[in-house]
Amino acid sequence: MRVSLFITCLCDAIYPQVGEAMARLLNRYGIRLDFPESQTCCGQPPFNTGYWDAAKESAKTMIRAFAESDFVIAPSGSCVGMIHHHYPTLFKDDPEWLKKARHLIEKTYEFSQFLVHVLDIQDVGATFPHKVTYHPSCHGSRLLGVKEEPYTLLSHVRGCELIPLPFAEDCCGFGGTFSVKLPDVSGAMVCEKVRHITETKAEVLVGLDMACLMNIACRLQHEGKTIRVMHLAELLYEGVKQNA
Amino acid sequence: MSEFQTSHTLKDRIQIALNDDFLRNAVKFTTERLRKNKQAATEELGNWEEWRARGQEIRSHTIANLDYYLSLFVKNARAAGCYVHFAATAQEAVDITLKIMEAKQAKSVVKSKSMVSEEVHINHFLQKNGIEVVETDLGEYIIQLAGETPSHIIIPAIHKNKEQVAELLSREAGKPLPADTAVLAGFARSKLREKFLQADIGITGCNFGIAETGSIVLFSNEGNARMVSTLPKTHITMMGMERIIPSLEDLEVMAQLLPRAATGQKLTVYMSVISGPKRLDDLDGPEELHIIILDNGRSNQLGDPEFQEVLHCIRCGACLNACPVYRHIGGHAYGGVYSGPIGAVLTPLLQEDKKTWGELANASSLCGACYEACPVKIPLHDMLVYIRRRNVEEGLPPKSEKWGMNAFKKIASHHKRFRLAMKAARWSQKFLAGTDGITARIGPLKGWNMYRIAPKIANRSFRDSWDHLNQELQQEKADISSVQSRLKEMLAKRGEKDES
Repeated sequence: MRVSLFITCLCDAIYPQVGEAMARLLNRYGIRLDFPESQTCCGQPPFNTGYWDAAKESAKTMIRAFAESDFVIAPSGSCVGMIHHHYPTLFKDDPEWLKKARHLIEKTYEFSQFLVHVLDIQDVGATFPHKVTYHPSCHGSRLLGVKEEPYTLLSHVRGCELIPLPFAEDCCGFGGTFSVKLPDVSGAMVCEKVRHITETKAEVLVGLDMACLMNIACRLQHEGKTIRVMHLAELLYEGVKQNA
Repeated sequence: MSEFQTSHTLKDRIQIALNDDFLRNAVKFTTERLRKNKQAATEELGNWEEWRARGQEIRSHTIANLDYYLSLFVKNARAAGCYVHFAATAQEAVDITLKIMEAKQAKSVVKSKSMVSEEVHINHFLQKNGIEVVETDLGEYIIQLAGETPSHIIIPAIHKNKEQVAELLSREAGKPLPADTAVLAGFARSKLREKFLQADIGITGCNFGIAETGSIVLFSNEGNARMVSTLPKTHITMMGMERIIPSLEDLEVMAQLLPRAATGQKLTVYMSVISGPKRLDDLDGPEELHIIILDNGRSNQLGDPEFQEVLHCIRCGACLNACPVYRHIGGHAYGGVYSGPIGAVLTPLLQEDKKTWGELANASSLCGACYEACPVKIPLHDMLVYIRRRNVEEGLPPKSEKWGMNAFKKIASHHKRFRLAMKAARWSQKFLAGTDGITARIGPLKGWNMYRIAPKIANRSFRDSWDHLNQELQQEKADISSVQSRLKEMLAKRGEKDES
């Protein structure tokens, strides 16, 4: 059985600890992750900016990299959403690659989806005695439909006080190249998101997507705020490690 | 003329909006209220997703067969005594209207809210021809007094607060009026009453045209549309060619969807179904009813697999209320008649000048809140990407973006180059980054770092640490049997699905 890690370019380059937490957590369940080295990026940045040729090249590296995998899991609802929602559009006029894309789609899961739906795990046995608030990233929740899974997992973490985030479903303002092209609107959005997070008085912000969490963390840092920002996999693994 | 009207780029207009705290607070206040109301109204109805699916089905069926339903509508409207005109362009709609004005020797017009009439800029042309035009929807009346255009599809003066409205109406009254809703509405009502009675012609929009009866349907909350369509001797309805629905049965669904999605009302306060002009034994109504059906770029979307669905829109404004970009910049920053997500899609599609309007598709973080809010499930977030792709095909974005994306293509198409690029980035950040991140405002980080401190590339990428991590993991013990059987079960299920 080959369960492969799709690390996502952002975690690969900037947040490798997220991939490590996933691998170590799953290892406890006997899932020895496989890491196909030929993977690069799902192609979302050029796709969303309108450069579909570049997106196709990128998508093809992904399809090739995971051709032999039985399951593919990634720490990002957005990148998995790209595969599920946009690969069929990208290859709509190319039956050969469309077929291959569909194979990748049916075996690709976002991290919390994989735990809850594939492994049927609600409680990883973690303890995390902190005030936590959760930001549901737009692509994960709206494109991919991952809504309840993180709450299911968090609700079983001992000591974790989950505080609802006001206007949780509002975008953090990242939007990839959007934040570069219209930085002032993006800035207004992330400032507001940080204001809502601060209002909760949580010690930790948790999420399922490092792109959004990066955007928020970078703003928090700019404001000199010390709220810790974590991927759910990091939080769960830290909570499990503590118990061991 | 407002600052917005004289600023030609999206970025400039956004800057004006972001600097206007009154505007931002007013827009936030109202969109938040509408979102809350909508949520309550959809929960109260129950099965909202099924209602949406039904709405989508009706719109999709109608637009796919628009030729049939439109000609049926026209046939039945004519049989009911209406004059029906077709306008291929905005200019033609204006010419037809002016011809009717001339035939009736009209001097004054009262209007109820209509986005199509905004689209053809009818007020401007009527006034140029010496005809007085008065907007009778309270919000439209306010922005007319301010010399502005609507900044929201259903709440035209959303960007104004009570104090600003009081100031405008006081000027009109010639005496100071308090910022009290009842007083202000009272003043507008008495002022508008005179206008209704004097007007030669009434102009309305049209929420829906019913094909099976040839009726036009108007939704309003203030009753002004009813006055406009009954008191003057001549009534002109302007409608986009896609406003059609097949039957009164379909109207039942739309009458649930539109007000609930728009303002969270269970029903609109007034719903008029108008089937032709006044008949012999009718007590009121216009002697003549003209329907002007406007194309103005709409038919170009028919048959286009990426954009046909934009014609499904029922103009409820729910996508504006849900949009986090609209929330911060309001409607005028979009620069066109239609704003918010639907405006960012519709304007570049309807306007011939793609160079000016194409960039509107960038005014979105692609969060998908618009799609989720839409009562007829238009995938606006996808369409925004399609427009961006079209912009690229037409060479509209700056060269630097093209170079950047070409570089991305090279880097991401092979893992060796990908690894090398990470290495290069790590090396170059030595000159830029402090211990906690990158604060330099250069290149793509110029605007980004105005609000943030950019992160550094990790000392070791995941792929560089994998071998070591993997060795460690192999040595850990774990109970393998239970998950392995679970995974096998899931794989088997997938296999069954594939075969079926």
